[in-house]
Amino acid sequence: MPRRAWKRKGWGLWARALVAGCLGLMLGVTLLPATASAESTPGVTSTSITIGATVPLTGPAAPGYDEIAPAMNALFSWVNAHGGVDGRKIHYTYLDDGYNPANTATLTRKLVLQDNIFADVGSLGTPTQSAVQGFLNAQKVPQLFIESGCNCWSNSKFPYSLGWQPPYTVDGKILGAYIKANFAGKKIGYLSQDDEFGQDVVKGLDMEIPSSAVVSRQTYDAATLAGPLSNQMAALKAAGAQVVVLATIPAATALAMLPAAVIGYAPQYVVDNVGADTPTVGPLLASFTQKGGGTAAQAAAAGGLLNGVITDAYFAPESDTSNSWVQTEKKILQQYAPSLYAKSGLDGNTQYGIALAYTFVQALQKAGKNLTRQSLLDAINKDGKSFVTPGFVPLSYSSSVHFGFEGEEVIKLESSAPPAVTPTGTWIGGVAVTPVEQTSPGAGPIHKYTGPTSVPPKNLAATG
Amino acid sequence: MSLFLDYTLDGIANGMVYATLALALVLIYRATRIINFAQGAAGMLTTFIAFSLLSRGIGYWWAFVLVLIIGFALGAVTERVLIRPLHGKSELNPVIVTIGLLVVFEGLAGAIYGNASRGFPAAFSQRGLTVGSTTIAFSHFDLFILIAVLALMAGTLVLFRYTALGLRMRASAFHREIARLLGVRVGILLTLGWGLAGIAGSLAGLLVAPTSAFGPYYMDLILVYGFTAAVIGGLESPVGALVGGLISGLCISYVGGYLGSGLEPLGALALLMVALMARPEGIFARPAARRV
Amino acid sequence: MTTVDRVHSLRLPRQPLLRHLPAALVAGVVLYEVTLRLNSYNDYQVGEIASYVVVLIGLSLLTGSNGQISLGHGAFMAVGAYTMALLMNHTQGNFILELAAATGVAAVAGLVIGLPATRLKGPYLAGMTLLFALAVPSIADKWPNTFGGDQGLTTTVPTAPGSLTAEQWLAQIQILGALIVMVLVANLLWSRYGRAFRAVRDDEIAASLAGIHIVRTKVTAFTISAGCAGLGGALLALSTGVVNTGEFPLTLSIQLLAAMVLGGTGTLIGMVWGGILLVYLPEWSTSLSNDFNLGSGASAYLATIIFGVVLIVAMLAAPNGIQGGLRWLWGHRPRLGGVPDVPSEVSKEDQSNATERKGRNDAKTSVEA
Repeated sequence: MPRRAWKRKGWGLWARALVAGCLGLMLGVTLLPATASAESTPGVTSTSITIGATVPLTGPAAPGYDEIAPAMNALFSWVNAHGGVDGRKIHYTYLDDGYNPANTATLTRKLVLQDNIFADVGSLGTPTQSAVQGFLNAQKVPQLFIESGCNCWSNSKFPYSLGWQPPYTVDGKILGAYIKANFAGKKIGYLSQDDEFGQDVVKGLDMEIPSSAVVSRQTYDAATLAGPLSNQMAALKAAGAQVVVLATIPAATALAMLPAAVIGYAPQYVVDNVGADTPTVGPLLASFTQKGGGTAAQAAAAGGLLNGVITDAYFAPESDTSNSWVQTEKKILQQYAPSLYAKSGLDGNTQYGIALAYTFVQALQKAGKNLTRQSLLDAINKDGKSFVTPGFVPLSYSSSVHFGFEGEEVIKLESSAPPAVTPTGTWIGGVAVTPVEQTSPGAGPIHKYTGPTSVPPKNLAATG
Repeated sequence: MSLFLDYTLDGIANGMVYATLALALVLIYRATRIINFAQGAAGMLTTFIAFSLLSRGIGYWWAFVLVLIIGFALGAVTERVLIRPLHGKSELNPVIVTIGLLVVFEGLAGAIYGNASRGFPAAFSQRGLTVGSTTIAFSHFDLFILIAVLALMAGTLVLFRYTALGLRMRASAFHREIARLLGVRVGILLTLGWGLAGIAGSLAGLLVAPTSAFGPYYMDLILVYGFTAAVIGGLESPVGALVGGLISGLCISYVGGYLGSGLEPLGALALLMVALMARPEGIFARPAARRV
Repeated sequence: MTTVDRVHSLRLPRQPLLRHLPAALVAGVVLYEVTLRLNSYNDYQVGEIASYVVVLIGLSLLTGSNGQISLGHGAFMAVGAYTMALLMNHTQGNFILELAAATGVAAVAGLVIGLPATRLKGPYLAGMTLLFALAVPSIADKWPNTFGGDQGLTTTVPTAPGSLTAEQWLAQIQILGALIVMVLVANLLWSRYGRAFRAVRDDEIAASLAGIHIVRTKVTAFTISAGCAGLGGALLALSTGVVNTGEFPLTLSIQLLAAMVLGGTGTLIGMVWGGILLVYLPEWSTSLSNDFNLGSGASAYLATIIFGVVLIVAMLAAPNGIQGGLRWLWGHRPRLGGVPDVPSEVSKEDQSNATERKGRNDAKTSVEA
């Protein structure tokens, strides 16, 4: 090949391609949407408030949790239909991060830097929200009501981040106290998720249950959860555990109870509220007593394995149909998210969403007409304790504490209790077996809550 | 001791499922030299179809057979429409197509069926059998799994070893051009191979569904471990798929049980490396002579 | 004068550098200007693309030029990212040194995996690397005290000098990294090492007869490739300020492979297309699916369906990847012997020759049922 022809090709192609690519990039850049003009408060106009969140809508973490954000939107629709807050309608954008922190990092930056959200409200997950906690605080964007029970959200280094649900250690302490009081002398076993959630629940349990009583501590890895946790349950059975505490997500709760039932192991189960929502766990267990066909036996079958399970709750569950909050939530969901209601009905997840959204609305109300990110945070820190929520206890917010609920009651699932009726079936309900108790995730004591029970305000209750 | 027995039975039950998926992968690899990453997801999709059929009141066994046939059709169509056009070009391209197919199947299942929790019924009772006074971790359903997988293996072996069709399929896999010259209708046989793999994949999906978190992603890890089993046993050998599956299932069960959960991938990796260092083309592959 | 003599008389090793460096400098200046004009979010995305380009170049080197398929590059990214985060948190060093160290650690990991990998071919190697991709994040999960567990490791993003915003500064660092890696790898692929890689890929036996040390070559390719992936992961750790095992699922490694093939296996510019795909395709498919107004749940899954369909269609329409398609438009064909423009995959003719030879070898293995 002649030297010159080769040289021309070699030089030309690589460099031409590179330069052309750069020029193309510059061209594309000029066509990109320009940055929105800087407003005094991003995301706030005289008629609207724009908030955003990242939640898992697809992926193995999505079941159940994908209902929360649409339920929040139902409450926001109610608010907007009644004139909004101070004349501002709430626009809630939630993006799918698939529970992957890399996606969360990208999507949160999109929401903040490109879509100019006012605040990040109701994003889900410990690893996902930890990935953007630094960024949001550096940008001074409120990271409100994170859907995770990690102890890490109340951190003075990150003043813009707030939790909402009870920290997992609070679950552990209250359940542990119940076990200590009611199962003294019995052998206890733990099966916990091998991450912050499971470890924090166990930390709480260990604060109450004497370590000599714990005969086996099993774990499972959520990322490699492929099938039944047969090995763990077999080990618990071999150790003779008479009470088994499950700090598990709903899928894992089912995947623990199923193999146990296979080998005829029926301990007293104590399940953290994260993994105990009966409309979510029930269908997973229903297959067990079915034999080759027909879905008619589901409800009874699911009730069978869940009967007698101890769990905890921090607001009235959907089966408590006489509770005024439950009735209100049902009406709001029915009216403002009818397709979601038809699909899932009122279950733990949709209740969670409505309650969280209403908390945000009250924060907006308390912040007032002059709405800035700082005024919103100040309103929560100052007045959070007086917000009206479906929770059994008031929120704990203050300038030094950024946990939401820190109180629960212990519930026993019983077939004699009123069941939870959802479009997917009828699921066992529960009764309270302790009064409402409060504690912090630290080493402090558990004390009974003696304050008033909250009821929904008149305008909310008047829906429908 | 009973713990060891429980771990062993668990390992065998899981291993059988890995073997089924491994068999599907082996069938496809023998036919077209491709790793079908969508095999698990195809099984998942057909099992969702079974779920729909069952919800409409169709009897379990009718749905079972129907879904196996649908699995066959899905595999055959995939080969004809998506894989055939890529023959002759880079080996990676069909792999990427199967990856795209995996994503599409999971998306379809998610879009149509949503994320709601649901269970899938088992063919037989899942209560453990009682041996003497103890209940062991082996149920009628596990027995069914064992029998179904062994039947599938046996059927495959008989097909390849004793039938003319099997001989023609082996010829097409061995060398397409020469087989064509000998009058073998290679195209149809490749499609048939993918169809049979589709049956195996659907079976795996149906066997795993009752004891998993039944959703669009429940076959993902099964595919990974099935692939491991196929590689350990040798990608050309159905018997290797069975043996590889059993070994993988047992290893993963012991590692998870004795060393702690979360270490199963490491255990599988260690097993794979040991097996491949000893026999780089799998246990049941005969080493090729070096041609210089 | 034979072609070989002509090629030798061109003093080949020096030419590539003289060609590649000025092009890279021009690109660098242009991209610098671009980052100054983009909004913060787009700066962040450009930076992300650059980091993925680094990883993909490593993968292209290994799989395209050396023929070793790897489904485990997500794990090498994790190694680099965690090393970077640990160094940033526990030492006071300059972040450039830390990037280099993270690259080195990832390269060592590549060495460790590359050694047993030399014995394996095709899908067997794929299987091992797949399990590696699954196993590495689980190691990090097992030791949460060191690796941060669920919350991962957070680092302080380095402050931008002068009037640059953080996103601009980070994007520039990542782009610089990508350009450096591109120039280095391009030179490498043009050198005798690159020829050794391709020779081993095309025919191991012939290569060893020609005096090329097979194991050494394959391990070198693996090591360099893993180093690139580690650098990419470290750059991402630097720019996002966080490292978490949830960022390295199995799907990441699979998507890297898909992006590399779609960009154009074995090419380097093609990796830019691959990086763009990785960063923009999810966003594009989400916005497209939102146009259908299906409601959030179905819409999110529709986005994944679109993603998968694009993969399939692109593969069927452009079997040589985007870069291959562009080259075909430009009138170039991939070259057999002689001097390739940029080393690319084997042509169809060579492919079927290789299959034929493999077929004869396989006679031994497929006799039993």
